[in-house]
Amino acid sequence: MEKKTCLYDRHVALGALMSPFGGFIMPIQYTNITDEHNAVRQHCGVFDVSHMGEVRITGPDAERYVQHIFTNDVSQAPVGQIYYGMMLYPNGGTVDDLLVYKMGENDFFLVINAANIDKDVAWMKEHTEGFDINLDHQSDYYGQLAVQGPEAESVVEEVLGLACKELKFYTAKVVGDIIVSRTGYTGEDGFEIYGSHEYIQQAWDKLIESGRCKPCGLGCRDTLRFEVGLPLYGDELSADISPVMAGLSMFCKLDKPEFIGKEALAEQKANGVAQKLVGIELADKAIPRHGYPVLNEAGEAIGEVTTGYHCLSVDKSVCMALVKTEYAKLDTPLQVQIRKKVFPGTVVKKKFYDKHYKK
Amino acid sequence: MAKFEEGLLYSESHEYIRVEGEYGYIGISDYAQHALGNVVYVDMPDVDDDVTAGEEFGAVESVKAASDLFSPVSGTVVEVNEALEDTPELLNEDAFANWIIKVQLSDKAELDNLMDAKAYQAFCEKE
Repeated sequence: MEKKTCLYDRHVALGALMSPFGGFIMPIQYTNITDEHNAVRQHCGVFDVSHMGEVRITGPDAERYVQHIFTNDVSQAPVGQIYYGMMLYPNGGTVDDLLVYKMGENDFFLVINAANIDKDVAWMKEHTEGFDINLDHQSDYYGQLAVQGPEAESVVEEVLGLACKELKFYTAKVVGDIIVSRTGYTGEDGFEIYGSHEYIQQAWDKLIESGRCKPCGLGCRDTLRFEVGLPLYGDELSADISPVMAGLSMFCKLDKPEFIGKEALAEQKANGVAQKLVGIELADKAIPRHGYPVLNEAGEAIGEVTTGYHCLSVDKSVCMALVKTEYAKLDTPLQVQIRKKVFPGTVVKKKFYDKHYKK
Repeated sequence: MAKFEEGLLYSESHEYIRVEGEYGYIGISDYAQHALGNVVYVDMPDVDDDVTAGEEFGAVESVKAASDLFSPVSGTVVEVNEALEDTPELLNEDAFANWIIKVQLSDKAELDNLMDAKAYQAFCEKE
């Protein structure tokens, strides 16, 4: 039985197409994916992302503990700084990718993927031995909105009355009981707001009533993140896909004294990996989808599509795919099998559309 | 509200066929077009390909997903609607005016297995 977010009734009232995602029943689209996608690229959209999980780590060893389970380095962080990174298995496979907010000295707020909440919390609890920390799982308390798009700053300031102009990219601040950060998953400027269910419901109503912000579903959240090359756990990262394979080494600080999975990553960096994530652009308009085979010019299977779309911001059929490393070089000719037919393509950068962050 | 055009025959997988003599024009119903949302690509067979009743002959893709097309009849493809290659959204504009393939029927008795507009509308209302 899927869980409902605190905005479920509002989605249904707006006529959203609802579908299971990550253990929740979530809005996929309200009108259509294309219009919602364009609203975020051109103006402003609001997403209910209350399905995301939150864990607060506090206590005398909180920083040392986060450094142990997280690939990025939070040791020099000023309060309010946010880091993207992963939790890894000892073999380098990915438990989850997450954001870590430094809320204070030895006080961290971790934001994890909905589909991985149970697994992640169990993983974190398994690794607390020897650390004097308090691990507070807060997913049931927090609702979350993402307000995204070039007009997000003025909408958040004027409609929600939250001063956020001064907030730098990947920083957060606390306003009463809520947390506001300049983060997102669309490649546009934007904010994510965490608060009680009551606050999130009121904020959602204000945003929708203002008419300045289009309600956007998870359908366009996926097309938006995909176009700018952001990974989705389950597609581009998994227990079998390490950050090195996914091209995310920059978020794994091998100069840290230690973290779970560090040795495996160092070995992968030194000796190379068998498969790498690439972008592929097709010559045709056919659409490569998750799981479709990638072939070399001789027709031998050499990989698999992780995510693919006919890009909405650029008129091209493109995908990300995990392929044998020897085929991962830019401009390598490859083919994608789509149902019964095979379509020629070329290896390109994983970023199909440029990000427009305000830093 | 979906339209159910009279004079066509429909399958449970939401294709229609407009029979003209020994030929049939096959497309997707207005109901299917609504359910799919914005169509961004139509995967069509080649002329001279054989199609079989109940079997897949192509696909219609929305932004989010691909939906297979199943032929309501057996026969040989004599024409494909090339306009859909560049403007797949024609299926959203008018699914009945924009057929996908024209087939020469090999067994007209197969048409007896299909629904008329009234029966198809009742079928959709139950779905």
